[in-house]
Amino acid sequence: MEVVFPTPGRIMRRRMLTHKSFLGGGAMLLLVFVLAFFAPAIAPHNPFHQDLTNRIIPPVWNESGTWDHPLGTDNMGRDYFSRVVYGSRISLLIGFCSMMIAAVIGISLGVVGGYFGGRTDMVVTYIITVRLSMPAVLVAIAVVALIGASTQIVILVLGCLIWDRFAVILRATTQQVRVMDYVQAAQAAGCSILWIIIREIMPNLFNNIVIVATLAISRAIILEAALSFLGMGVQPPTPSWGLMISEGKEFMFFNPYLVTIPGVALFILVLGMNLFGDGLRDITAPEGRL
Amino acid sequence: MLMYTLKRLGLALLVTVSVSLVSFMLTRVSGDPAIALAGEGASSKEIEFVRVHYGFDRPLIIQYLDWAGRALHGDLGESPFLFLPVTEMLKARMGVTMTLGLCALTFAMILSIPLGVLASVRPNSWIDRIALTISVMGQAMPAFWFGLIMIIVFGVYLRWLPISGSDTWAHFVMPSIALGYYATPAIMRLVRSGMLEVLASDHIRTARAKGLRWPKILFKHALRNAIIPVVSVAAVQLGFMLGGSIVIESVFAFNGLGSLAWVSIARSDLPVIQAIVLLLATIFVFLTFISDLLNAFLDPRIRSST
Repeated sequence: MEVVFPTPGRIMRRRMLTHKSFLGGGAMLLLVFVLAFFAPAIAPHNPFHQDLTNRIIPPVWNESGTWDHPLGTDNMGRDYFSRVVYGSRISLLIGFCSMMIAAVIGISLGVVGGYFGGRTDMVVTYIITVRLSMPAVLVAIAVVALIGASTQIVILVLGCLIWDRFAVILRATTQQVRVMDYVQAAQAAGCSILWIIIREIMPNLFNNIVIVATLAISRAIILEAALSFLGMGVQPPTPSWGLMISEGKEFMFFNPYLVTIPGVALFILVLGMNLFGDGLRDITAPEGRL
Repeated sequence: MLMYTLKRLGLALLVTVSVSLVSFMLTRVSGDPAIALAGEGASSKEIEFVRVHYGFDRPLIIQYLDWAGRALHGDLGESPFLFLPVTEMLKARMGVTMTLGLCALTFAMILSIPLGVLASVRPNSWIDRIALTISVMGQAMPAFWFGLIMIIVFGVYLRWLPISGSDTWAHFVMPSIALGYYATPAIMRLVRSGMLEVLASDHIRTARAKGLRWPKILFKHALRNAIIPVVSVAAVQLGFMLGGSIVIESVFAFNGLGSLAWVSIARSDLPVIQAIVLLLATIFVFLTFISDLLNAFLDPRIRSST
């Protein structure tokens, strides 16, 4: 009888399909992605359209709620469901773009420090320590406020602040990979440093990069919400979940849904992202946890 | 130990100097501080006056050295809006924020250490799952939103706790929980994994074989070893919480450093902003320095390896 061993790809796929939190997180992410991608088709109203005759209509599960506005309207009479749907675009946009900036900074620092070691590594460690010592939220708010708040500025500032975990983790993994036989073989064969880093080392860091990236995205999303909540992030009338919480805060004593709904949306997105990242870590490296 | 202490001290001083440079540059990234201070609609003559009056016309490096030199003597300049010495303003607000940070840390420890221990004793049991749920939720909930939900539930509907201000101990309950909950997952995961490792070790087996009672083994033999890394993480988390207090203080209308920072940022009160960033960063450097020393003191392996 012939024994067929499962291929690594097949093992991976089976692990993915049986990992509950990976699937749950993936489903939550999918939901938010669908909302963001098909926003114009899903949203029943224009998220910017104000209707001052229909202000603060409660959601449909309330007695006076209507199906015309399933999640009610805000203090300007804008449809809350449509604003939540469009808000997903802002969160995802800021999360991904900030993560990309952070990845470029963090990966470069981490790989350079981990590969070269010695003095170079000391400098990298020192830069990471200085970054960790700065209070991130405070610095972000101060810089955004002084330069002038806009979506691009928020992305740039957050990207320049949340690279620390990329650097810390990739530095450690590069140190592990650097001493592998195949890297030493490439060094002995006279490959250039750039070639070794790109062809021999980077492919081994890919899994870790993806995992840290999910964490960085959720961190950027939470920071953006906090910034917008304090009025130093995305500017009105853009529908951002943090901004919606801030605008609803004034009316929350009698209409708590204005605060709870965008918060739940944020919670689902960040929870989905974290569960997905955790699951990915279990699936790709069940033995060694980061 | 002396060598190790000196090395760490050197690094801490170097980082403090860099941090002060970053705090200083932070208020210069906006472009011309004189324009920011003079306010909207100021004439070029007024801007020029502000520039000369506050010394913004000097080279940046001179301005920095002047500021840093005075800061070393405890003089952080004067607020151009309130005409008060910044050091006095910080002193007046410092206590509230430190109390908040310590209360939040205490809450995080009280919640995370027992849960971490219980979760490690019975891995994959229902209590482990509850601990995991709490930690996963804590990472996904924005702290300011959690604070608002608590205000709605405990302040408005149940009327148990006051919702704004920082006058009595009751005012500190909800902000501490909102701020401390965010630090819970990190500490709990560390306690759990540390305990799992220690519980599998030889000296625990010996203790059990000797017939010692289980609680005594757990707390006296196991937790004592597993708690070492928690010390350093707790210090780091306290630093994060002091930095994050700006959001929580604005939610609960607290009268601390965070709200001072927010008001100062809103009116671009540059000397106050850079002083608060410098202060919080210096506290963070100090906390990590102390935790490094404490760790090295508790675990001799760390001293010898560096």
